[in-house]
Amino acid sequence: MKDARPLRAPADAPGSVPNAVEGETDGTARRLWLRCLAYAHPDRLETAWNALHEPPAYALLRPPETGLAMIRARMGGTGRPFNLGEMTVTRCVVRLAGGQVGVGFVAGRGQRHATLVALFDALLQDESRHAALSESLITPLAAEQQGHRAKAAAKTARTKVDFFTMVRGE
Amino acid sequence: MYVAVKGGERAIDEAHRQLAEKRRGDPAVPRLSARQIGEQLGLAVDRVMAEGALYDRDLAARAIRQAMGDLIEAAFLVRAYRTTLPRLAVTEPVDTNRMAVGRRVSATFKDLPGGQILGPTFDYTHRLLDLEESGPDAPDGPLPEEQSDDADEPQPGGSAADTPKVLQLLDHEGLIEPDEAAGDGAGGEAENGDGTPLEGNEPADLTREPLSFPAGRDARLQALARSDEGFCLGLAYSTQRGFGRTHPFAGEIRMGTVAIEIVPEELGFPVEIGAITLTECDMINQFTGAKGVPPQFTRGYGLVFGHSERKAMAMSLVDRAMRAPEFGEPETAPAQDQEFVLLHGDNVESSGFLQHLKLPHYVDFQAELSLLRDLRAELEGRKTADAAAGDEGEGENA
Repeated sequence: MKDARPLRAPADAPGSVPNAVEGETDGTARRLWLRCLAYAHPDRLETAWNALHEPPAYALLRPPETGLAMIRARMGGTGRPFNLGEMTVTRCVVRLAGGQVGVGFVAGRGQRHATLVALFDALLQDESRHAALSESLITPLAAEQQGHRAKAAAKTARTKVDFFTMVRGE
Repeated sequence: MYVAVKGGERAIDEAHRQLAEKRRGDPAVPRLSARQIGEQLGLAVDRVMAEGALYDRDLAARAIRQAMGDLIEAAFLVRAYRTTLPRLAVTEPVDTNRMAVGRRVSATFKDLPGGQILGPTFDYTHRLLDLEESGPDAPDGPLPEEQSDDADEPQPGGSAADTPKVLQLLDHEGLIEPDEAAGDGAGGEAENGDGTPLEGNEPADLTREPLSFPAGRDARLQALARSDEGFCLGLAYSTQRGFGRTHPFAGEIRMGTVAIEIVPEELGFPVEIGAITLTECDMINQFTGAKGVPPQFTRGYGLVFGHSERKAMAMSLVDRAMRAPEFGEPETAPAQDQEFVLLHGDNVESSGFLQHLKLPHYVDFQAELSLLRDLRAELEGRKTADAAAGDEGEGENA
């Protein structure tokens, strides 16, 4: 899209600093919740959205749009970059009535997913809602996702080879 | 000369109707869902994503169904679809050192840190076709324990500390060539390994710029990653049999999920938007040395979408073979000839050019036919004339 103008400076701009981490300016907390939201099942986010007491009014600054991202990799894993191939991605940017701008960027073609990520990203920047949403949505999502990872890692570990050496004689 | 020919519409419509019928098969048998294809024919999906050069499991599964299982046709459908989408972003380079591995083996070190992890593999199976459909594959057989209740999205995890790359062990001792500098103009040596300068710091992108020769290693790796697995495998095999031998050892093969990070312009910092499955192969190849450089092993690299070990390994062999000029090796074999490899490995291109032979060439052919008739007539005429002359000659001699 040609009208892809930057909407706002990064999270260190006044008024858009997430309050989860005091004085953070590099988006650490925001990166964490965006990650949780991106990995969450869209139905889960839909349910959370429907459960909000007062669903806020919002405007679509960038309506959900599906496109491509070129995936970069590095030669040998750590060398110079090269283009490996593309993947589908979907993005959406919303602004709440309170002025918070939420950005949703997800792998795949889930337009509703990207919209919900953007909405929750904006809501989590709202100081009056942050704590409750963190507790009811982000914390459990993070725990579940961590659980999935641990489970997958444990499953994989069961195929780890235990070498033993046959000893001849005594 | 091309002449517009009309009149086939009705036949074409009917042919398409029959194609749809054939695709569906016996209506008494339930239609496959894209989800079923994704879940149960996952490696076909991986191959279509790799050769279609687009990571989207659902799209690849649909393409396979539409192509009736013709994976090259499916890759073509995926390539065609991608042209309808705008490019929204370029990801941060994926970090395969932080891959959440599902499989990781090395043929060079038995007791490598992190261990040999087999994961789901065909290796060690007996390749006996199971006609009884017993066991977990039976239609109503018992599910393997802990049937996956994972979320749909792959969940990356793990950390660099868990599974260090095998080649780093050699790297620490200086026994293998270092990875080329990480591109940021480090040491002012921003070149494509074979002396061709790297334009800016942007790696080549075949989806934007056609290949030009000599192609840098960046362009070569991109082309190999999406090249036809059969073509790549055949070339790799040829190097093993002696056509450009590189004495390879499988240093490490790993398969698993890596996180994808993008820097949205609205944010200015990277955010993780999901994860993809990749298969990576670090091949260790015959050592080489040069003036001032002690002998050391060299590298071949393979990286492919999905779980695709054969392709990743083949890619790493062909990558190394094409690096011949860097090491002053004679270029004598097909796999070392980058024009040969890169211009013929794309199955969408090669299939298109091959199949264009089906298009009407009526006029071309008529021209050839009439030329041939003329030649034959001329020859006949000359024969008759010669015979006549011969008769006369004989007459004279008699």
